[in-house]
Order: sequence, then C-alpha cells, then structure tokens
Amino acid sequence: MKFFPLLWATLWRKKTRTIFTLLSVVVAFLLFGLLETVDYAFSHPSGGASGADRLITINKYSITFSLPYADVQEIKSVPGVAAVTWLSWFGGYYQEAKNFVFALPIDTDSYFTVYNDDFVIADDQMRAFRNTRTGGLANSALLKKYGWKIGDKVPVHSTIWTQKDGSLDWTFDIVGVFDTKDPSQASAQAATFLFHYEMFDEGRNFGKGNVGWFEERVADPAQSAAVSNKIDALFANSANETKTQPAKDFALAFIKQLGDIGFVLHAILGAVFFTLLFLTGNTMMQSVRERIPELAVLKTLGFGNGTILGLVVAESLLLCGMGAVIGLGLSYVALPGIKNALQGVDLSPAGLVPGFGVAVLLALIVGIPPAVRAVRLNIIDALAAQH
Amino acid sequence: MSETIVSLRNVAKRYTRGKQSVHVLEGLSLDIPKGDFVALMGPSGSGKTTLLNLIGGLDKPTSGEITVAGERLDRLGGGALSHWRANHVGFVFQFYNLMPMLSAQRNVELPLLLTKLPAAKRRANALAALSLVGIADRAKHKPNELSGGQAQRVAIARALVADPTLLVCDEPTGDLDRKSADEVLHLLQMLNRDYGKSIVMVTHDPKAAEFASRQLHMDKGALAEA
Repeated sequence: MKFFPLLWATLWRKKTRTIFTLLSVVVAFLLFGLLETVDYAFSHPSGGASGADRLITINKYSITFSLPYADVQEIKSVPGVAAVTWLSWFGGYYQEAKNFVFALPIDTDSYFTVYNDDFVIADDQMRAFRNTRTGGLANSALLKKYGWKIGDKVPVHSTIWTQKDGSLDWTFDIVGVFDTKDPSQASAQAATFLFHYEMFDEGRNFGKGNVGWFEERVADPAQSAAVSNKIDALFANSANETKTQPAKDFALAFIKQLGDIGFVLHAILGAVFFTLLFLTGNTMMQSVRERIPELAVLKTLGFGNGTILGLVVAESLLLCGMGAVIGLGLSYVALPGIKNALQGVDLSPAGLVPGFGVAVLLALIVGIPPAVRAVRLNIIDALAAQH
Repeated sequence: MSETIVSLRNVAKRYTRGKQSVHVLEGLSLDIPKGDFVALMGPSGSGKTTLLNLIGGLDKPTSGEITVAGERLDRLGGGALSHWRANHVGFVFQFYNLMPMLSAQRNVELPLLLTKLPAAKRRANALAALSLVGIADRAKHKPNELSGGQAQRVAIARALVADPTLLVCDEPTGDLDRKSADEVLHLLQMLNRDYGKSIVMVTHDPKAAEFASRQLHMDKGALAEA
C-alpha cells in the first residue's frame, strides 16, 4: 500500500492518454460482461428447482423432425413415467418478427399434470381456458409487454404452421394469465403463451397426428437416467428413434441448434481483447519508455529489480483492474435491459466473474514486457540519455 | 588519523564500444576521509562522472578494489548494490531528477518507501528534510511549480532523508544561476560542516569547487590533487 501514491501518480502522469486507454478497457470489459453473461446463460441453462423430475423426448436426429402422437401410449407404459404430455414448436411472434412469442400448443390435462406445481393460474381463468377452444393463457410479463388484456383477441403469427386457409396468423382469445411459482423461472417463461393442442392440430395444414416432442414427469428423479433409457429402447430401430434427456440438457441442446453461440461470442471477445492487448500494451510500453530517466532515478535511490518489476506490473494491474471493475459494473447495471431483450434467457451476474480473471491476465500480458525492460535498464545509460 | 569513507585501489574502468575498448579510468587509487567535502574537477571526458558512479555504487569497476562505508562494492551483486545504495548514499543530479507528478514532499519520501517506517513517520521525516534545506513551505508543490534552486533543494532533501553516510553530487549547480548555485553550495557546505556528511561533488565550476574542503583534478582517467 505504501507504493500506491507513487503508482497512482504515475498512472495519471499523462491524463488524456490514461483516460482514453481506460475508456478502451472499460468498453472492452463492458462488452465482455454482456457477451459472457449471455454465454454463461446459454451454457448453464436454468432448469429450475422443480425441473429435476422432468424428461424430454425428441426425435433422435433432430428436434425439427416430429414424432408420431401414437408414441404417447407406449411412453405412458414405461415403468417410472408418472405423466406424459406432448408439444410442438410454433415459432410465433406478435405483429413484427422482433416481438417473439413463445407460443406453445398444449394438451391441457396432460400438460398441467406434468407441470402441476409450476404455474399460478386463477381457478376461474383455468376454467375459461378449458372451455374456450381458441383460448390462450399468457404469462403476465407477456401480457404487460404487449398491453394485452383478458378478453382481447390477439393474432400470433407462426413462422411454420399454415392453417387450412393458408394463413400463418392464428387468432386467440386471451382468457387467463399465469405466473411461475419458482421466481428463478420467471425470466425463462416471460414470453410463454399457452393454447390448445387440439385446436392447433385441427387447424394446421400439415403434420397432423405428429408432435414436436414429449415431456415426461418421472415418479423418482433418481431413476431419470434409467427411465430415459427405457423410453429410447422402446423406439430403437423404429422409423422414429428417440432421444430422451433431462429438461435442463434439452434447453442447452435446443439453444445449440441456433449455432455454436459460445464460439461466436468468444470469437467476438477474442477480437476485442486482441485489439485491446495491442492498445494497452502499446500504452504501457510508451509510458515506460517516457519514464526511463525516472525509473533510473528510482534504481539509483535503491529500488531493486523486484520492486521496479512490481511497480510496472502493478500499474498495469491498476489500469486493467479499474477498467474491468467499471466495465463489468456497467454490464451488471445493463443486465436487466439485456434480459428484456433476450426473453427466455435467464442472465446471471455469475457470468461476470471470469472478467476479473481476464483483467489480471491482460494486465500481466501487457505489464510484464515493459516491466522487464524497466528492470534491464542500465542506470548510467538512462541518466546519460537525458543530458 | 580520521576514518576513511571512500577507498579506491588500482581501479580501472573500460567500456567496449563496438570493437573498440575505451579506457576511462586506469590504475586509480584514492582515499577520502569521513566528513570530507571533495570537489572532482576536470575537462569533459576526463572520467570524473565515471569515478563518481563507481563511488556511488551505480557502476562496477573492470578491475581494482572499491570500498565505501566499509563495503567492498566491487564484490557486490546488483541486488546487494541497490540495497547498499538505499542505506548509504544520497544522490544529487544536475537536472534534479525529481518525479514530475509527485509533490516535493512525496519526492523526498521516495527513499523511505524502501524502509519499514510507517506513513506518518515517513511524512514527518520528509518534512524535516525539507525544513533542513529551507523549503518546507513548498512541500505540497510539484517540481514544475518550483524554481531551479528550489527543485535542487528538494533533490538534496531527498538525498538526505534516509540519513546516508555519503552524498554524491553530479554537477549540482550546473543548471542553476549564480545566486541559486551559491545557495545550494552553501547548503551542501552546511550539511558537511554541521551534520558531518561526507560529500563528493563533480563540478566544472571553479567557484563551486571553492566550497569544497578539497579539490581533485582528473585528466585522461588519472587523478591529480590540486
């Protein structure tokens, strides 16, 4: 700590340069914080506390290949399966493609048997849903986002499913609103809109009798792996082989179908930090080059090589550390906004933690070369050079 | 007989520049008693700064023995030499060599950062050193807010603050006007006379040399007492 005033004063020796370098570091870490948080969310999907007993069965080759509805009876017969339901990807949006709606056709009875503990829905609204063929249940966040009210008729555009008249717009009556019991699932369910599978299957122009995937609740979560194997064994060597996995893994696999998100994000970050490396490295080298006489004086006063090395590296750590704290702090502040933009992705501040490690690594990479140069400095030559 | 603070025996210093070997000092022997104020004079290239650097432990001889404050400097490695400098020598340069971004007080505190003194004690010692050189009222000022004479006084305070045995001054008045130069020289004389500091000063200025108790002349790497 006793060296801090010297370090601090040295860092601000050229204020403008330090401010611009600091801004670069801040922007890089802001970007890092945002992208890494998204990457963290994609690689650590939140299954929720209640998700341990849920399995998902998809076509072995891709979720884009459907499965016959008839399989449901066979899955029900597997020992350990307490309940099973079926769903399909609707690919919905409201008015504009940017207004994503996670519209999900459900079989009401079986769906709420599998998810009996997950949702909070008023009894009268649930009754209205059961009694309304075109009825829809919207998540409260979705309702708020688009200004919908119970009683509204809302068109939801499907990117996949045409109706018999060729239209891609499906109109629903909003009869109820739901929330999740587990607050950690609120963000993941924020865009969800539930409607009747029966109406969907009858109304669509193709794919009748097929489902996108099955979801099961197992009686004993400890037996999930065994039950998964039994379900898949049922359909082995059939025309529609299956792959059954825990709900958590499914979410990850589904996101990965969009592309290797992690690779894309890390590639962007790699480019940013590669540039930052040169920028900060150049600043540090220039800063040390300008201070050669001062460093020579410190050595003359008796500052040893270790102290000189430590001072230059600490200066680099201070610069990168400040930039990282400000940048990651800003990305923390921005998290709620990003959460809104990426509905369904549960962002956690835990994604910011690696940023501090990156800051230290960056500081060492850019700090050590000038520090070594400072250590190798010949006092006589350095003092003579200023004459 | 008074104690010797600097003792050189058959000291040689050669530099290699390209394929050429430059002999700066050859077979130089010298004794400086403790409490002496020696002025080293001579034309440019005579080797006086090289000799000063050897005495101050900034450089090592090619051959010969150098003993300063009881330590054989020619036998010390880089780290030990740094440690020795921190404890035994104070340096004063022609261009003051203060840290431009630090206040006078912080500049004077620099050598004390290598000690285990607490912050309050470091600050108190720095202020005491600034008072000794008569510039305590400028403690909070940065070097660019000081005149040349004031900056050199701060540099002298920095050289003194760790209470070294020896002060090594390289053209301390070379960048000052006559009045400021005389003030600085009076200050060095006072430190030598009243505080018993041994001083070795390189200078081109005969008037500055008159403030010393002994003048040594160098020419072509050899020494001749005045």
